[in-house]
Amino acid sequence: MIGHQSDGERGSGGPAATLDAAGTSRMRLAGLIRKETLQILRDPSSISIAFVLPAILLLLFGYGISLDATNVPVALVIENPTTETSSFAASLVNSSYFAAAIMRDRHAAEEALIAGNAAAIVVLRSDFARRLWSPAGAPIQVIVNGTDANTARIIAGYMQGAWQKWLEQYALDEGQVLAPPVVMEQRVWFNAEVRSRNFLVPGLIAIIMTLIGTLLTAMVVAREWERGTMEALMVTPVRIGEILLGKLIPYFLLGMGSMVLSTAMAVWVFDVPLRGSFAVLLAVSALFMLASLGMGLLISTIARSQFVAGQVAIIIAFLPAFILSGFIFDITSMPAVVQWITHIIPARYFVSSLQTLFLAGTVWPIIFANGAALGLMAVIFLGLTRRKTRKSLE
Amino acid sequence: MSAPVIELRDVHKRFAAGERTITALDGLSAEVGSGRITGLVGPDGAGKTTLMRLLTGLLKPDSGSIRVLELDTVTDTQNIQASIGYMPQRFGLYEDLSVSENLELYADLQGLAGTDRKARFDRLMTFTGLGPFRKRLAGRLSGGMKQKLGLACTLVRPPRLLLLDEPSVGVDPVSRRELWDIVHSLVDEGISVLWATAYLDEAERCHDVLLLNEGRLLAAGPPQTLSERLKGRTFAVRVASADRRTVLHEIRGLPHVVDAIVKGRDVRVLVSRHADTAYLSRCCRNVGTGALQVEEVDPVFEDAFIDLLKDQDVAAETSVISVSNNAQPRNGSDPTGKPSTETVLAGTPKLDDRRNNGEAVIQVAGLVRKFGDFTAVDGIDFSVKRGEIFGLLGPNGAGKSTTFRMLCGLLPPTDGKALVLGIDLRRAAAIARGRIGYMAQKFSLYGNMSVLQNLQFFASAYGLAGRTRQRKIDVELAEFGLVPYADATSETLPLGYKQRLALACAIMHEPGVLFLDEPTSGVDPLVRREFWTRINAMAAAGVTVMVTTHFMEEAEYCDRIGIIYRGRLVAAGTPQDLKNEHRNTDLPNPTLEDAFVDLIEHYDREHPQ
Repeated sequence: MIGHQSDGERGSGGPAATLDAAGTSRMRLAGLIRKETLQILRDPSSISIAFVLPAILLLLFGYGISLDATNVPVALVIENPTTETSSFAASLVNSSYFAAAIMRDRHAAEEALIAGNAAAIVVLRSDFARRLWSPAGAPIQVIVNGTDANTARIIAGYMQGAWQKWLEQYALDEGQVLAPPVVMEQRVWFNAEVRSRNFLVPGLIAIIMTLIGTLLTAMVVAREWERGTMEALMVTPVRIGEILLGKLIPYFLLGMGSMVLSTAMAVWVFDVPLRGSFAVLLAVSALFMLASLGMGLLISTIARSQFVAGQVAIIIAFLPAFILSGFIFDITSMPAVVQWITHIIPARYFVSSLQTLFLAGTVWPIIFANGAALGLMAVIFLGLTRRKTRKSLE
Repeated sequence: MSAPVIELRDVHKRFAAGERTITALDGLSAEVGSGRITGLVGPDGAGKTTLMRLLTGLLKPDSGSIRVLELDTVTDTQNIQASIGYMPQRFGLYEDLSVSENLELYADLQGLAGTDRKARFDRLMTFTGLGPFRKRLAGRLSGGMKQKLGLACTLVRPPRLLLLDEPSVGVDPVSRRELWDIVHSLVDEGISVLWATAYLDEAERCHDVLLLNEGRLLAAGPPQTLSERLKGRTFAVRVASADRRTVLHEIRGLPHVVDAIVKGRDVRVLVSRHADTAYLSRCCRNVGTGALQVEEVDPVFEDAFIDLLKDQDVAAETSVISVSNNAQPRNGSDPTGKPSTETVLAGTPKLDDRRNNGEAVIQVAGLVRKFGDFTAVDGIDFSVKRGEIFGLLGPNGAGKSTTFRMLCGLLPPTDGKALVLGIDLRRAAAIARGRIGYMAQKFSLYGNMSVLQNLQFFASAYGLAGRTRQRKIDVELAEFGLVPYADATSETLPLGYKQRLALACAIMHEPGVLFLDEPTSGVDPLVRREFWTRINAMAAAGVTVMVTTHFMEEAEYCDRIGIIYRGRLVAAGTPQDLKNEHRNTDLPNPTLEDAFVDLIEHYDREHPQ
């Protein structure tokens, strides 16, 4: 017998369901969460976005991409080889910053620069050794390929440093002391080796969590609309709040899991220091995850096709997190208007918190300000989603 | 009888589609009785799905009131949703969850727990026959099993009202019948059912029907009562000669004939209410060879459906596609711009005299196709003559589509011989493709291009150029009545016009063989008739037509059919042969569907898996 024998019981929640004040049934919610979890586990794309992609991104940014200049190809032109010139040449060849190729004339060096085989030319003129001990000193000529202004500046700076260092060493070897009037002693705090990896890797966590929170979530909800499963779901006693929580909770956990994985890799694989408190890191990440999920769910209330949802998520969440969050490009050097725009991007607050927590420690004023901004955004996005989502197809 | 489970009072619903407003429901008032199956029928775009969604509370009416189980759908949505079951048109379950995981989810959502749940699941599994497939992912189920799972999920906690939106589209006849039996037993237990359907034989088995057209209620009541009114107007004309289609064509030309279709070896005719009972017999003396036997038969619901819709058409001069020529002048000058069947005939290639000399255009021998370990097609033989219409039938997953694809040159055969127009598909599939026309199931048109652009594209794709191309496009536009729509975006066309365009594109290069893959799935009977009129005309002109279908009615239009089951051709012959073979004491007058189901059951008994 299949027909109705228990009419009265078929109501909101039924007899076995525990209802809280808002009418949320624990049984329904658990059912939705279980369903979502099974789907995540079975869908190779969610697993790869949550665990494989972070690993690849971390390896790529940790090892592959670096904003430091190492092994810069340099054409070293020595017009008149002497012991002095070979001493300087040796210091360049032995430096890990440069890969020097020694050439006899300028012409060959210029061709190498034009062909892109050298990033800079260093010329030691024929009177180098003679003028070295003259009061005016011996000049060296450095020509840098300025196509990439940033690299050019770094190379010029390194070259200056290398020259200075060699001069001091040379003077010492000759039993004299170079006595410049003012000596600049540099100290770099928080990232003493000035490794770009140390600030790229923490920032990457923000990118990965944006992918899970916004892109993946927007797309899985859109998929439910596309496949018609949402329509069938809506015509059950389920509440809108339960549907939203049923999405929010599994993806929140997935995002946090991925964040823990990324942190572990950062610390143990890439030797990035974690100077702040891990608990605070978790708390700030949770706030950011909620803001990201809020954005993802909000997108899916507007876009009901996976293609559109994906596009929107990339444009309004992923790209800003990449470009405008301070992850790679320094916010303070952006034009004022762009700087103002960065204030409405959640990733900005998160990247700043991450870099502080990893490299500087738990600096409460920064954490509080960023945490408050993230919390506010989470409330706004989730609130809007709750208001906008209806059990309706209109 | 207790209070109605659904009451609609002057319901209006409009949608904005870009700049235009579409009126889905236009002052609909109706009632659905308790404890019965009510069929919701009507042509495409009549408003069936909109009505279903309004009843569930997923849409709100613009005006008017809807009461479901004596509750208002706008104010009491949550309570209604707790007491109804709804199966949307698209499969609404999670394909990446297994059968039992889907059921578990619905049990959680409906708050069914503990021991009740287990007992209920066991019962549902036995009931739907899904027991052995509990662990299978829903996405891997056949079309029929998916629908049964969908039904089981809505029955986890027995609803008082069950809303089913075209549950049998794309489902083979065997599963369709099982689905029907399940739903029927639900009614015996007190559940009320509203069943939207495009199959009129299904509608006929409902207790009541609501006939919707353009958002309005055209008729309501038991289907028998509706068809009863046509008593004395339906006839079967027995055609002795082989050429049923010529006879059909001539009968359709008679002024008082509302509808005529091929049914086995007969032509079934519905005459207008102005004709007397002897009208057809009189006329048939002048038709064809003169050896025609006219016999009065009982009207069926389909007759009532066609009659009611045609009446509407004539009265309102609306744009529903014209099916016959009774109201039109014989030679073309149709005031509404609709093409008459006559113009179609004039436009198709000249009658080919070679068509009866038995030349085989499609020859298949020992055809095999394997996918890894799985043998989808396991040694099939048949041949199709020039000008013949050959139908391939079979349950979902039987190997029908695979065979079809191999013959179109889309899939290379693993073994065996396949010749189309004398060209070996294993050697020269590309050359063969240039000489066949293919119309895919979902009309492979470019939705965002205009009708003209689609035609231009397909003409170029078939290598037509310059003046030849232009002339051909002009001919197709005129032939298919698409001139007024030439600049319309093809996705905005009504379904019937989309289908015309798809066919026009498929025959740009005047193919000798035409392949149609479920050409009228989801299309209403009016559009289907119009489509078949064209196909018949093409076959008469010597084009060989091969078609796959789930519609038994469509199968009746074929000269011969082959039934494919479990990778083999289990039967082949004329529709009448098949019916005769499965005539027995239980079924003295079997329909083609009866024969089909019987055949499959027999085969299963004799060849256990």
